[in-house]
Amino acid sequence: MPTKLEISDDARPLGERPVLLDVQDLRVHFALRGGFFDRLLGRSSGSVKAVDGVSFVLRKGEVIGLVGESGSGKTTTARALLGLAPISGGSVRFDAGPELGGEVDLTKLREREFRALRRKIQLVFQDPHASLNPAMDIETAVAHPLKIHKVTNNRDEIAARVRDALERVGLAPVDRYLHKYPADLSGGQKQRAVLARAIMLDPALLVADEPVSMLDMSVRAKILGLMLELKRDLGLTYLYVTHDLATAKFFCDTIAIMYLGRIVEIGPAEQIYADPKHPYTRSLLAAIPEPDPRRAGPRNLPRGEVPDAAWPPLGCSFHPRCPAAFGPCGWEARDLTALLEQRWTGVSEQQYEQERGIVGEPTALDDAGLVARLPDVRAGSGAAAALLDDVRADDPEEPFWKGVSSMETASEGVRIAFNEPVDPTLLTHGQVKVACHLHDPRFVQPEA
Amino acid sequence: MNIEPVISVRDLRVWYGTERGPVRAVDGVSFDVRPGETLGLVGESGCGKSTLGRGVLGLLPTGSAADGSVRFKDRELVGMRQQEMRTMLGAEMGLIFQEPMTRLNPLMRISEHFAETLRAHEPGISGKEIDVRSIDTLRRMGIPPTRYRHYPHEFSGGMRQRIMIALALVLRPAFVVADEPTTALDVLVEAQILSILHDLKRNFDTALLLITHNLGIVAEACERVAVMYAGRIVEVGGARRVFSEPAHPYTRELLRSTISLSTTALHYIPGAPPDLVEPPSGCRFHPRCPDAMQVCPRIDPVEVRTSTGERVECWLHGPAELIPPGGTAPLQRQELASADEA
Repeated sequence: MPTKLEISDDARPLGERPVLLDVQDLRVHFALRGGFFDRLLGRSSGSVKAVDGVSFVLRKGEVIGLVGESGSGKTTTARALLGLAPISGGSVRFDAGPELGGEVDLTKLREREFRALRRKIQLVFQDPHASLNPAMDIETAVAHPLKIHKVTNNRDEIAARVRDALERVGLAPVDRYLHKYPADLSGGQKQRAVLARAIMLDPALLVADEPVSMLDMSVRAKILGLMLELKRDLGLTYLYVTHDLATAKFFCDTIAIMYLGRIVEIGPAEQIYADPKHPYTRSLLAAIPEPDPRRAGPRNLPRGEVPDAAWPPLGCSFHPRCPAAFGPCGWEARDLTALLEQRWTGVSEQQYEQERGIVGEPTALDDAGLVARLPDVRAGSGAAAALLDDVRADDPEEPFWKGVSSMETASEGVRIAFNEPVDPTLLTHGQVKVACHLHDPRFVQPEA
Repeated sequence: MNIEPVISVRDLRVWYGTERGPVRAVDGVSFDVRPGETLGLVGESGCGKSTLGRGVLGLLPTGSAADGSVRFKDRELVGMRQQEMRTMLGAEMGLIFQEPMTRLNPLMRISEHFAETLRAHEPGISGKEIDVRSIDTLRRMGIPPTRYRHYPHEFSGGMRQRIMIALALVLRPAFVVADEPTTALDVLVEAQILSILHDLKRNFDTALLLITHNLGIVAEACERVAVMYAGRIVEVGGARRVFSEPAHPYTRELLRSTISLSTTALHYIPGAPPDLVEPPSGCRFHPRCPDAMQVCPRIDPVEVRTSTGERVECWLHGPAELIPPGGTAPLQRQELASADEA
């Protein structure tokens, strides 16, 4: 299966090329601001682990895709590399080249020292309209990095470099564009101008955060093609951030799938597409709309959306949405609330009122952790236990029940205990690493 | 298909006035949508899709004018007085917007949004009735009744779009326009919303006009598809047929440039949609068309109909008797000025 256009100036296989960026155990935690009294008493109110132990290696000329939904931490990871998000831990070793002092750890740099390095790492954002100053014409905008980094004052040189960059990105004849303003250009043309500005300083690494998601389908292919051309001509290395595995397929050598701040699967692109191992990767692939009605149709989509990172699920973060989740994945009391709410979207108003009457406000379950108590409003009636039996009978295949270790019925309600959660870690399977209990020999015997 | 269409558009034209002259954003468009049917409207940005969607509902900005005919349940909407139109919007015709985040009032509970909507159109409605109908609609969109009195910020982006769809449907409109309803959403949530739209006809019997630039979305959610280019619908037909054997070269090129998992090479249409102040002569796609013939820039293409009610506007499909001698010879294509590249 061809996954990307084969254009590379470096004939060496990827594994033998020099390392440009080595990210180890990168963490970005944001402290939560608690209530007034918490702050008065100096109590900590926890933190949001936007990026929680991310590691990957990027070699020269490689394209890595960080793929995940909103809230997966992919953009924060990219921003942290550029010093645009506060790094709480880990290391980011970057080979800045001989003239800038060789290999440096970006996390150890002071703002002043970082500034000189920024010319080697450039960023392209999702919204080309927001990344261009509406009051600056294209010539000024594209020449701006030269001014900021005080590269040269020579007007002729600046003009020549602007022309060269604009020609490279296909904004030609250049004279027609030099004095246009962003508002005069289409979305694709604006993104070309942004790319021209990004290559002005001769960067080594280009971080592209969803560079084509806001563009029309027919323009996406053009911009991706242009980025591959620039990579070949200028020897660039890309970190491509996206939620779309379809565009990543053409673009990336390596794919890292992120979920709630962690990498859940990482490996060579062709292997990820041919044999996705993590259920989340499979869901992302299944969700891509296929322009062929013969192949379209009902698919097994995960329910819900990315949970709140301030209060991540126990065990594997994906377990509440995972169609293949089982015992050790981290089932907890909250999942019972979700299960009941899910049930109530499919029943009649009367049945809902009646069942709600049995258990009262279901959010009361929210704080119970590994033990859930489903109260019986009318003590001793056994109605809560009967309701649970009903729920289970309606969908016996529901993964939730695999996480229940014991259920005891008492007069005040039902006490449900869950299995001890186990955090999945990245385990190596050939060239791919995956963090999922389904691929952990402790829980599942590998298929013969 | 003998079912009477809910909405019948005939030769609709919409202009905007600009300094350089009128922009003919919609230029002679005709289509029908039947109850429970989803018609996908596709094309690149700047082809007039959104203008058409809003024009059908009479929601055009000042400085624009419309002409032609839009018949909805035996009433003519073009030229209808604002006041009369307003009573129909929402109640009988709805609109689902692109960005769910910006359309809900952050200070109002979800229940209050529904109460406001229902009271505006059915003044005497009781509180109990509001709750029953709203919760029922929300439930069909997969929003649990326990969340009925929450505020918008307590919901995720996908949930908010479901709430917007529920708000549009709670009045049971017969016709709904959805303008890029999933563009701001992630792939997984997009797929969830698409399956909801796909189920609309089963649950509500609503006729839906789904506007999108992504052909994959049309394949998932629509029975029929209309392809729009430079203000005109150039091909209409059943989604299965259009996707497997596109009749118009634009449809074919649009399909090839859609990036999906089965794509094996990056492909794109050179150039960009034309400036609608001065569109190209003849067939408006001819400067970008790989199959252009001598006749294409000279004579406007004629609509060709098949027995099944499908239509295409392209000289490749004739009618042969209208093509002048030598007209089918290939057109020497001018080098596209790369300045026109999008």
